Amino acid sequence: MDSRQVSGMTCCEKETDNGDGGSKSASLWDMFWTFFRIGAFTIGGGYVMVPLIQKDVVDRKGWVTKDEFIDALAIAQTAPGPIAVNTSVYVGYALRGFAGAAASVAGCIIPSIIIILMIASVFDRISSLDVVQAIFSGIRPAVAVLIASAAIKLGKPVIRSAGELAIAAAAAIMVSLLHISPALVVVIAALAGLLTGIGGDSR
Amino acid sequence: MNLLHIYLSFAKVGLFTFGGGYAMLPLIESDIIQKRGWLTMAEFTDMVAIAEVTPGPIAVNSATFVGYKLAGIIGGIVATLGVITPSIVIVLALAALVRKYERTATLSRIKVGMRPAVAGLIAAAAISVAKVSMAEPRSYAVAAAAAVMVFVGKIDPILVLAVCGILGALIFF
Repeated sequence: MDSRQVSGMTCCEKETDNGDGGSKSASLWDMFWTFFRIGAFTIGGGYVMVPLIQKDVVDRKGWVTKDEFIDALAIAQTAPGPIAVNTSVYVGYALRGFAGAAASVAGCIIPSIIIILMIASVFDRISSLDVVQAIFSGIRPAVAVLIASAAIKLGKPVIRSAGELAIAAAAAIMVSLLHISPALVVVIAALAGLLTGIGGDSR
Repeated sequence: MNLLHIYLSFAKVGLFTFGGGYAMLPLIESDIIQKRGWLTMAEFTDMVAIAEVTPGPIAVNSATFVGYKLAGIIGGIVATLGVITPSIVIVLALAALVRKYERTATLSRIKVGMRPAVAGLIAAAAISVAKVSMAEPRSYAVAAAAAVMVFVGKIDPILVLAVCGILGALIFF
């Protein structure tokens, strides 16, 4: 009975249901361009891209709900590979099926390819410049703040009980102090939710 | 070494990297440098620096750079496609599964556990970036300015990065 639900179309048609799939219409070009812009302007890798992706696809465009974006991040961190690429694949697929995934991931990686290919030849001369070092000394603390703001924004709607706060804190401790793999942490948290039913079954 | 070898090597790196681009670096080091000898350690260090200071995902940047060093522009493109292939296949499969079982009680219980953990993981990422980037009073000042722009001014993150880059050039140069 579930066979019909797997098709690429269904994903865009259930905004009426439980509010968990609130996908608004998005053109492939718009999706490509959104991820292209994020890919072209984000220095510091996947975790830095997360707040920008969130700002665009959740806050600004309303393509996916906050809850759905968090699901995308959970999957992006459980699956192997670059977080930003994984997130773009999931969001693209949620919006427009396989074509959407292709448009988003192309937008996400094309700026990197172009910029790296251009820079590879001149890098040795640029990187040693003091002014370049100084610029990055300014960017790095800002990166930390941006990532923290993403954690707060995404945490607010999903941390509503002591149990949920405990899971969030435990996850942060496992990764930053105990150096446990994020993929393993996501799996452990999923099991904790499944076994304890934190927050009840209503959500 | 040919393009197929480059593609497969990076597909393997992509397949076994969990937790984002930084987790990929040790894999590239062991597979591409030590096992295959395609790069020197000095070139690897360059690669990490380039991947960090250029826009885009670290893993994609690294793959493009190594591929370019090995086989020019085509090499860069092939290595990048290799590194993202496992991601695309696995994420699509997981996305289809999640959407298929979206309304089941089991999946919603799983999600309730996973969602706070994701927020915790991102907080951990912020902590590790802060550890590396905030070494002295001037960087605290930049962080404070960024915090005001982000939390009070609600300014676009890209603009925040640009402003802090300029601030960095002014106070560190």
